Amino acid sequence: MESEDWPDQLFALLQAHRVRQVVVVPDAGHARLIRRVAASNDMRLIPLTTEEEGIAVLGGAWLGGQRGVVLMQSSGVGNCINMLSLAATCRIPVPMLITMRGDFGEFNPWQVPMGQATPTVLEAMGCTTGRADTPEDVAPVADAMLRLAFNTYRATACLIGQRVLGAKTFGK
Amino acid sequence: MVDVSAAGLLQRRSLVPALLADRGDLLVIAGLGAPAWDITAAGDHLLSFPMWGAMGGAALMGLGLALAQPDRRVLVLTGDGEMLMGMGALATIAVQAPKNLAIVVLDNERYGETGGQVTHTGLGVDLVGIAGASGFTNLCRVTQPAEVPALRDAIHTALGPFFASVKIDPANEPLALPPRDGVYLTTRFRGALLGDAAHLE
Repeated sequence: MESEDWPDQLFALLQAHRVRQVVVVPDAGHARLIRRVAASNDMRLIPLTTEEEGIAVLGGAWLGGQRGVVLMQSSGVGNCINMLSLAATCRIPVPMLITMRGDFGEFNPWQVPMGQATPTVLEAMGCTTGRADTPEDVAPVADAMLRLAFNTYRATACLIGQRVLGAKTFGK
Repeated sequence: MVDVSAAGLLQRRSLVPALLADRGDLLVIAGLGAPAWDITAAGDHLLSFPMWGAMGGAALMGLGLALAQPDRRVLVLTGDGEMLMGMGALATIAVQAPKNLAIVVLDNERYGETGGQVTHTGLGVDLVGIAGASGFTNLCRVTQPAEVPALRDAIHTALGPFFASVKIDPANEPLALPPRDGVYLTTRFRGALLGDAAHLE
């Protein structure tokens, strides 16, 4: 499998981990994975107005016996802070696949504060994080974070570095 | 019959038992604060999930649960302040359109746990109107005792997503605290709903 196929590898991982609810605020880096989920009969794509909604949706899914995953960009992590209390207090599996902004070669200064704070914020809320900075690393790190979430009942994050995605340059 | 205050408003501690009467296999999420105390005063239940935090998340927990359990009825019982904190939820839920989800807001127009400060619903904001504009097609406003039995039935039978606001008296009632360990609340709910297999997931 080619290294640029990592979004398809992520989709295969969601299938392998029996994920049924996929909660999303879009990022360009997740566009291909979101299309795969939308076309799937096994997974329900749940677009959100803000990322914290997704943490609560996954809490309800878990109460009802279904597994879920959050897809978002790093700027959404700040929106989730207090809602992550739910995962920490109730030991609910909340795996997050997070595409990084404000990271490797960022053009937009407004993305940098939250991007740089993302690992710190997640760790402050008790979330275990792993990071992939090459296409080859994305699937193994995501698999590890999905396993950690579902097998040990906690919030985890796979941070997909901007070096993998390429920085948006606005034509500059 | 549901009691009414001197001000002519429904009293929550007789309203909530009426809404939960003969609940059968109804799954119940209660938003933090007084709604969680209300469902506890009405009788704690294995298939009730009272929240002590995650403000703004109650209706969305109801969504995830309703999608996971399409053959069960799900009731989210929450307060106006809690609902106002997560109003985007109404748009997200309307888009998913779960037929088995009912959201009932106990609207006292106050932040009751923090000193009774007025909320936006006390200043003209209309949650039922927002739910309708978001795409909820089944809406209900309740202010009178005579309307409560129909609301109780709608929770069990109305085509969802269903949204109701019940105007209630702002008086604080005696605390009736549910268990507060989130792991216990989660595990007992999953065990009661899914059986022992839930603990081997």
